[in-house]
Amino acid sequence: MMKFRFRRQGTDPHRDRLRHDLFAFSKTVEHGFPNQPSSLAYDPKLRIMAIGTKSGAVKIYGAPGVEFTGLHKETATVTQMHFLPGQGWLLSLLDDNTLHLWEIYQKEGCSHLEETRAVGLPGRPGFDSANCSPSITRVTVILLKSACDVACLGTEGGGVYFLALPGLTLLEEKTLFQDEILQSVPDDYRCGKALGPVESIQEHPQDPSKLLIGYSRGLVIIWDQTTRTVDHLFLGNQQLESLAWEHSGKTIVSSHSDGGYMVWAVNSSCQKTQQPVRSTIPYGPFPCKAINKILWRTCESGNPFIIFNGGMPRASYGDRHCVSVLQGQTLATLDFTSRVIDFFTVQGTEVAEGGFENPRALVVLVEEELVVIDLQTPGWPTIPAPYLAPLHSSAITCSYHISNVPLKLWERIIGAGEQQSPRLSSATWPINGGKNLAQEPTQRGLLLTGHEDGTVRFWDASGVSLKPLYKLGTANIFQTDCEHNDSLNQAGEEEWPPFRKVGCFDPYSDDPRLGIQKIALCKYTAKMVVAGTAGQVLVMELSDEKSEHAVSVATVDLLQDREGFTWKGHDRLAPKNGPVAFAPGFQPSVLVQCVPPAAVTAVTLHSEWNLVAFGTSHGFGLFDYYRRNPVLARCTLHPNDSLAMEGPLSRVKSLKKSLRQSFRRIRKSRVSGKKRVNANSPSSKVQEANAQLAEQAGPPEVEMTPVQRRIEPRSADDSLSGVVRCLYFADTFLRDAAHHGPTMWAGTNSGSVFAYALEVPSQEKFSERAVEAVLGKEIQLMHRAPVVAIAVLDGRGNPLPEPYEVSRDLAKAPDMQGSHSMLISSEEQFKVFTLPKVSAKTKFKLTAHEGCRVRKVALVSFASATSEDYAENCLACLTNLGDIHIFTVPGLRPQVHYGCIRKEDISGIASCVFTKHGQGFYLISPSEFERFSLSTRNVTEPLCSLEVSRLQDTSCLSNNFTATPKLPQANGTHVPRSPEANHSPADSDRSPEEHQAAFSPGPADSPNSSMENPLDTTGDITVEEVKDFLASSEEAERNLRNASEDEARPAGILIK
Amino acid sequence: KSTGFGAEFRRFSLERSKPGKFEEFYGLLQHVHKIPNVDVLVGYTDIHGDLLPINNDDNYHKAVSTANPLLRIFIQRKEDADYSAFGTDTMTRKKNVLANVLRTDNHKKKPHIVISMPQDFRPVSSIIDVDILPETHRRVRLYKYGTDKPLGFYIRDGSSVRVTPHGLEKVPGIFISRLVPGGLAQSTGLLAVNDEVLEVNGIEVSGKSLDQVTDMMIANSRNLIITVRPANQRNNVVRNSRTSGSSGQSTESSLPSSTPNILTNFLQGEEESDEEDIIIEDSGEPQQIPKVVRTSESLESLTQIELLHESTQNGFLPSSEINLNHSAGSISMEYEEHNPDHKSLEDGTIITL
Repeated sequence: MMKFRFRRQGTDPHRDRLRHDLFAFSKTVEHGFPNQPSSLAYDPKLRIMAIGTKSGAVKIYGAPGVEFTGLHKETATVTQMHFLPGQGWLLSLLDDNTLHLWEIYQKEGCSHLEETRAVGLPGRPGFDSANCSPSITRVTVILLKSACDVACLGTEGGGVYFLALPGLTLLEEKTLFQDEILQSVPDDYRCGKALGPVESIQEHPQDPSKLLIGYSRGLVIIWDQTTRTVDHLFLGNQQLESLAWEHSGKTIVSSHSDGGYMVWAVNSSCQKTQQPVRSTIPYGPFPCKAINKILWRTCESGNPFIIFNGGMPRASYGDRHCVSVLQGQTLATLDFTSRVIDFFTVQGTEVAEGGFENPRALVVLVEEELVVIDLQTPGWPTIPAPYLAPLHSSAITCSYHISNVPLKLWERIIGAGEQQSPRLSSATWPINGGKNLAQEPTQRGLLLTGHEDGTVRFWDASGVSLKPLYKLGTANIFQTDCEHNDSLNQAGEEEWPPFRKVGCFDPYSDDPRLGIQKIALCKYTAKMVVAGTAGQVLVMELSDEKSEHAVSVATVDLLQDREGFTWKGHDRLAPKNGPVAFAPGFQPSVLVQCVPPAAVTAVTLHSEWNLVAFGTSHGFGLFDYYRRNPVLARCTLHPNDSLAMEGPLSRVKSLKKSLRQSFRRIRKSRVSGKKRVNANSPSSKVQEANAQLAEQAGPPEVEMTPVQRRIEPRSADDSLSGVVRCLYFADTFLRDAAHHGPTMWAGTNSGSVFAYALEVPSQEKFSERAVEAVLGKEIQLMHRAPVVAIAVLDGRGNPLPEPYEVSRDLAKAPDMQGSHSMLISSEEQFKVFTLPKVSAKTKFKLTAHEGCRVRKVALVSFASATSEDYAENCLACLTNLGDIHIFTVPGLRPQVHYGCIRKEDISGIASCVFTKHGQGFYLISPSEFERFSLSTRNVTEPLCSLEVSRLQDTSCLSNNFTATPKLPQANGTHVPRSPEANHSPADSDRSPEEHQAAFSPGPADSPNSSMENPLDTTGDITVEEVKDFLASSEEAERNLRNASEDEARPAGILIK
Repeated sequence: KSTGFGAEFRRFSLERSKPGKFEEFYGLLQHVHKIPNVDVLVGYTDIHGDLLPINNDDNYHKAVSTANPLLRIFIQRKEDADYSAFGTDTMTRKKNVLANVLRTDNHKKKPHIVISMPQDFRPVSSIIDVDILPETHRRVRLYKYGTDKPLGFYIRDGSSVRVTPHGLEKVPGIFISRLVPGGLAQSTGLLAVNDEVLEVNGIEVSGKSLDQVTDMMIANSRNLIITVRPANQRNNVVRNSRTSGSSGQSTESSLPSSTPNILTNFLQGEEESDEEDIIIEDSGEPQQIPKVVRTSESLESLTQIELLHESTQNGFLPSSEINLNHSAGSISMEYEEHNPDHKSLEDGTIITL
């Protein structure tokens, strides 16, 4: 994955060493909510939770900062996961019917997650077990015995198989077939039919030898493993969905496909039960959907909790995704915006006196978020999650990162956030296993995401878990079609069922014009600029008090007197008349609206000069927000460019664009090639329709044949050449070498750069004198590639500090003595020019040499790993191929480059944002940011430990540990390994002996297989990789030795 | 052409020991440049960078013997020639000389054109590096600069058969898929449909995607050098037909090495001058970039023909080279405003820096 290539004369050993001290690439942690979760598991002993996804990822979460990520070698949906409680082992079932055992093990003081064993279970859906018995068919349910020694697998064919743990070997003599059950079933019940697939297996809460087994047809039995007899028969006739024990073992509850559940008494005196004690259809009497899962939890303080999902009236609420919590007469129908995947309850670690379970919290995993309900506080409020933030509650449209946030601003933002959502529940986060060993973050990092619905969300990105801090809405100052804070939360008094909206995922945007395009924030003055799709530019100030005021509105005509253009796109957003109430937090002071109201493509802010600059596809403007008047407007349109008027930014097209994006999202989500499980859910229907629409509406390809490319230089009248790509303020030498002063720079899509000298009055005279802008220079890059970024370097070659950074002693003053230079990055090349006389100093033609184009650039300060105070400013660049290149500044010498994002992942590349100190974020799915590090020193990765007490001797497993710093990315960039059939679903006509063989470790477990991992991920092998590889095989050897030592120790030792 | 020569840059070799007579050399130059009936003034730069004339056997021999190893020869049409350019330190003080030349405009009678403007010396598209390439390959330079013609070709994905250590293997390749009628590629006849693209400006394309190669070609579009394996192998340039100068299209070389690095460096050095950015300094109102910069002062480039005099075994030269030395500096609009009596040069042009 990592490619080092030192180009040109990279032979200077000193420089090579320095490079090693400065640069290192790693993907460190995934922030946000896993894309397309498919299964959930909880370990009540270790208090950790696991989420599996459709792409085969396994993510384990405990206390904030305790995180593990693993990825199955196959890209297959993780259909089930089960912890061996307290063991640090996790058994996962994929939908290719393979079982995988994961282990959390300790190495160098930290815990790591690794797949240790996999077995393939032959059999596919629809496999006819009758013809080929005994055969393991498709697994439907898994139960891990509380003793952690046996896994019971219920199958589609109706058989129950037992595997020894942790070796995953089949205990053939224990296998339980339906024939054996049917012998004890009365003839009239049998009526010649099979019992159907096993739907549920539950261990007796008090007597581990007894298993409760339920079959699809409705038969439920209690099976005594020791005597191999049927203890009890419950002759249900309703199609069974799930089963649960009451804690004492005296009652069981079964849920059914008709939306009802039944409570059965376990009466030891008689062997058969014909009728349940109670049978109800909670949302009847009209036909209801199935109750997929049901839990029964006893409670000291009153009636037991019955918690189930589904069961909604088919006709009226069949499309809702609900979990119902019923305690006595109290019923809450928790209404989610996406499909319920699974849920569990969290109890106190030890069972209270009297055998009560006393559930503390209900944890519900839905497709787009995780919701935790406090069951001990009346009203069952939600507990805010410290991680797994649903980043995509509205689609992310842009992101912005601020490093080294001053404490004061930090506290004010947190304060604003707390007032926004008062904590309803006093309960602490219940899933708090493990210990976070990572150092406290040395500095506060703030990540801002702009969303489609006009909100800006503030995230604490300082550490491993991304925490929501504050949410800013901009929709309330505009008149939009539908009011916000609408009826969603106001449940009608008499409404039945008693729906309660929970969660925050809201995929629908009221008005696409509200979408946030660009954000800029000054961390010293807490001034912020937010710009959106309809040309709106909002200047905001942070206020700790709530306020009600009118927002002053200004319009800036960017077309100037350009004739012959008519805007055919969307209208501008109409601001509300009169005063608007604002909560404490960022409050808008001025609204600048661009004419025509095209999406804002660039924005920048200089809080010391009270200036904000903004650009669209038509031109750019400069606005003095202190005096509230425009300073400058400049049209950048080329006369021949007609597309800018009706181009992709108009209303029709922007709708198409968002459709296309959602289409892309669907496509992306189908990377695994699996169809969604419930294709009938309304949201997926909408998406499917969207996808079809997008295909129809998509503009015809420019080329007739897709595999043909025209070779022509760019010309001035290419479409959208006037799009303003970047804006920049600098205090530098523009007009002569003797006097420096405020300047503004703008770069366009056609390679033009405009530089203005600004006359900014001194602080005291802001109100008296207006700011003036005088065009100083125009530069036309001959290659006409879009200008991605502009920066001015001081006499020492360092980037100029931010406003107020110097006056507040937070940065060294720039060198104003030496001559300044200007770094212009276009999509094709980097160039450094001298100032004030613009002449080319150095350049690097990236596209001409590498065939890739620049997508994102940032000036990054890299600190050395070895010497404390050595740091270097470099240029980091992400290309359209997803590679990251680092160059020296101002020499523009290439240093290293790394493959980071798949080149097909266009939205991932577009979403990338670099931090000032060598980290970065990009979206790997609509809901997840991957965090990466380019620096050796500045790395934020999970570092945690989990105390595991093993009951089993681990020696049989320990032959295969390899050191994998981080597994391949869980989503998106997963490359399927070579299909070596290590545990592919075997042919159905195997003999029993062969099945036995199939359970033995596959080739993946052979010691040699460790070789595959480091080598097959990259084409270029480097010294580093070879070292890594050697290290990992040494590690394996060491582990092997440890393992043999372990064998000598008694079982049940505590491994830290 | 009315104001000067078209782009005529030739690199050829002479035997240092037997330079021959000036008349022969003069004839050769006329022949090479296909200007048999035009009177020209021949000059060269000596080791000190002075521009000295060649007009008799003596200074011709002197020029050849002092060449080290490259002899740069300048040819100017006699009637346009500027004699004041000759003299000591002309090259090192080129800017000054030129500036003087330009500043003295006022007291000169006729419109003073020292050397034609760069666009008049437009280099032409050609086949290059014939000697360092296998005969099955062809390296083509498409020189876009100064023409209105589009490059005029399309590329596509395809597969080609390669000889590898494992025998014949089919590998993906990039091919010319279509030529636009009237485009540079079609009108010069240098590229043909189904030619396989092997290199772009010295960088191999194998392993690169169609989009990458497209981007590389566009990034180099002003001076695009493509190495192809022509689909039609019958028209290959036959090596060792050393009729130097007979075909203005190909210049030969005996450089044994064909490593791309050499080419790359070579091209990079050359590139420095191939495309430069326009800078307009302005203290006035915001205005559009003029398509044509009207200017009274332009620092002209001396256009040179470089004669590589390398003592390689057979005396032939590595390759053709075009060297447009543009002067650095900015065009100041202010000057123009303050000096309205300045005359503009006839040749309005995009000023490149």
